[in-house]
Amino acid sequence: MRKTESNKAWLLVLPVFLLVAFSAIIPLMTVVNYSVQDIFGPGEAYWVGTEWFKEMLRSEDLRGAFVRQVIFSATILVIQIPLGIAIALAMPAKGWAASLSLVLVALPLLIPWNVVGTIWQIFARGDIGLGGWFVNDMMGIGYNYTADSLHAWITVVVMDIWHWTPLVVLLCYAGLRAIPDAFYQAAAIDGAGRWKVFRYIQLPKLRGVLLIAVLLRFMDSFMIYTEPFVLTGGGPGTATTFLSQQLVKIALGQFDLGPAAAYSIIYFLIILAASFVFYNIMVRVGRGDRA
Amino acid sequence: MPALEWMNWTLPTAAFFAAVGVMLLFMTALELAWPTVERKGLLPMATTRGDRLFIGLLGAAFIHLGWLGFTELPLWYGSIAAFVWFTLEMRWG
Amino acid sequence: MRLRYLALIVYFGFLLLPIYWLVNMSLKTNVEITSGLTLWPQNLTFANYVTILTDQSWYSGYINSFIYVAMNTAISLTVALPAAYAFSRYRFIGDKHMFFWLLTNRMAPPAVFVLPFFQLYQTFGLFDTHIAVALAHCLFNVPLAVWILEGFMSGVPKEIDETAYVDGYSFPRFFLFVFMPLIKAGIGVTAFFCFMFSWVELLMARTLTSVAAKPIGAIMTRTVSAAGMDWGTLAAAGVLTIVPGVLVIYFVRNYMAKGFALGRV
Repeated sequence: MRKTESNKAWLLVLPVFLLVAFSAIIPLMTVVNYSVQDIFGPGEAYWVGTEWFKEMLRSEDLRGAFVRQVIFSATILVIQIPLGIAIALAMPAKGWAASLSLVLVALPLLIPWNVVGTIWQIFARGDIGLGGWFVNDMMGIGYNYTADSLHAWITVVVMDIWHWTPLVVLLCYAGLRAIPDAFYQAAAIDGAGRWKVFRYIQLPKLRGVLLIAVLLRFMDSFMIYTEPFVLTGGGPGTATTFLSQQLVKIALGQFDLGPAAAYSIIYFLIILAASFVFYNIMVRVGRGDRA
Repeated sequence: MPALEWMNWTLPTAAFFAAVGVMLLFMTALELAWPTVERKGLLPMATTRGDRLFIGLLGAAFIHLGWLGFTELPLWYGSIAAFVWFTLEMRWG
Repeated sequence: MRLRYLALIVYFGFLLLPIYWLVNMSLKTNVEITSGLTLWPQNLTFANYVTILTDQSWYSGYINSFIYVAMNTAISLTVALPAAYAFSRYRFIGDKHMFFWLLTNRMAPPAVFVLPFFQLYQTFGLFDTHIAVALAHCLFNVPLAVWILEGFMSGVPKEIDETAYVDGYSFPRFFLFVFMPLIKAGIGVTAFFCFMFSWVELLMARTLTSVAAKPIGAIMTRTVSAAGMDWGTLAAAGVLTIVPGVLVIYFVRNYMAKGFALGRV
């Protein structure tokens, strides 16, 4: 759409700016202030310069959490995106079956995150949970997610797939429904097979929504906190402690305000860089679609 | 105005945010006087003046973090590196 | 074709089994839960639900959650509507940077903000109020609302605006009586997303409240006691948090797909 040039439009954006600024800028300033001081209480602090940054960047806990975080985010993206596309392709396009599938798929998204943790905490337990019982007794694997790091890790990944693949499904489903029937008819005339239709018609048309899906899934998995907190508490040991959990541990658990603030800034800068890259790719793809 | 003591302002951080504010105002004024033109530089995308400033500053921040995290050299060496990067980015990025 | 439906059924089974298990447990007694695995309740009991629905300290959690979610949805929509209109119709100084900045707030981890939030809201005397949680959730819901609404508004041709102005409509009248009815579906979908993300978030909600506005999610941790886990009540409380979501999805099911498609940059 051609847009009118007008700086008066700022007046319409102002309420949003003020509201978000209140909740975003003041805390951000505070975090920056805290990150260079040793805080004993309001107004009682002394300057330490970049000491906390140094400490945090070199801390094994943070580096470990960062590595686990990257592996986790990569794992769930690699599984959720193809799975989401596949389910969206398999879902019926119209009728009551389509409505029913949509409602069912959306269900996990509307469950509070701590309840998601609770559901899996119960479901995966060997003694009272169906899932844990099945793996243990039917498949004969000594599965116990509270004691074995690998099992805990797999449980968290499966939980995330359960929880968030629906988002990818819904995005792709919406993208697929936006493809005009004429495209499919043309493909049928050309005698294109199932795979060719997917590769040359559906996938290119899904580019926009897939980008949003990758962006949202990457960002949201990067800040995952509540679900693993309830499910494993970050354990056993630190096996499932990701960045947010580590941060909350320092900030609210140990109340080390300075280091927590330095940590927050490092974390935030990583998010900022990733957002910027994604945003620019998205704008570029958006432009290509319109041209 | 409620007490903001808990924010624990210090002179350097206040100066930092003041500088950010001034920079934003300056960029806005510059934009009003000479609207930016997107151009393609060393980066794999077309950037405006504001984009280059943002990338430059973000890169400088990461250089500082990297310096603190992975070297024992004094931080101001890192500042020099960051400054060089920033100039390069603003001029040719 | 058969394979396709088989795959779907397997996937839906995977989706529903954990939820079924929660419902199953909520209808059992604690004795039955801990004494062995039963695929359906042997002694069907609603006692767990009765506990929650009659104990004020339990059900107030639901009321609190509903209050701040409703507040948040209302605030987010009110401020996001004009802003989204500005982004979809006008070019102005810093528009792209503003949009990006909004987006970063959607992406920023709540954990980063939690620490100063506590003190910020305490300073303004908002700690442990519903409005505090509603405002905090605006941090990610307002950018999201602007993002989705902008997509819907860009789908409305600009000629409609111009015709209305020629016909002598003032901006507020045009916006309220002409433009908003056109994007009804978009507003519904946006409200759905605001509801969803405010309803499911816990970290901020828990940090900003202690008693008066405590959300149900935080109350649920009570079931861990010295006497062991009260699994039945925990499961029942969990089931009750799913119910509102199901109702909301049911109402927007036909618009949901559309909302996702249009919510783009």
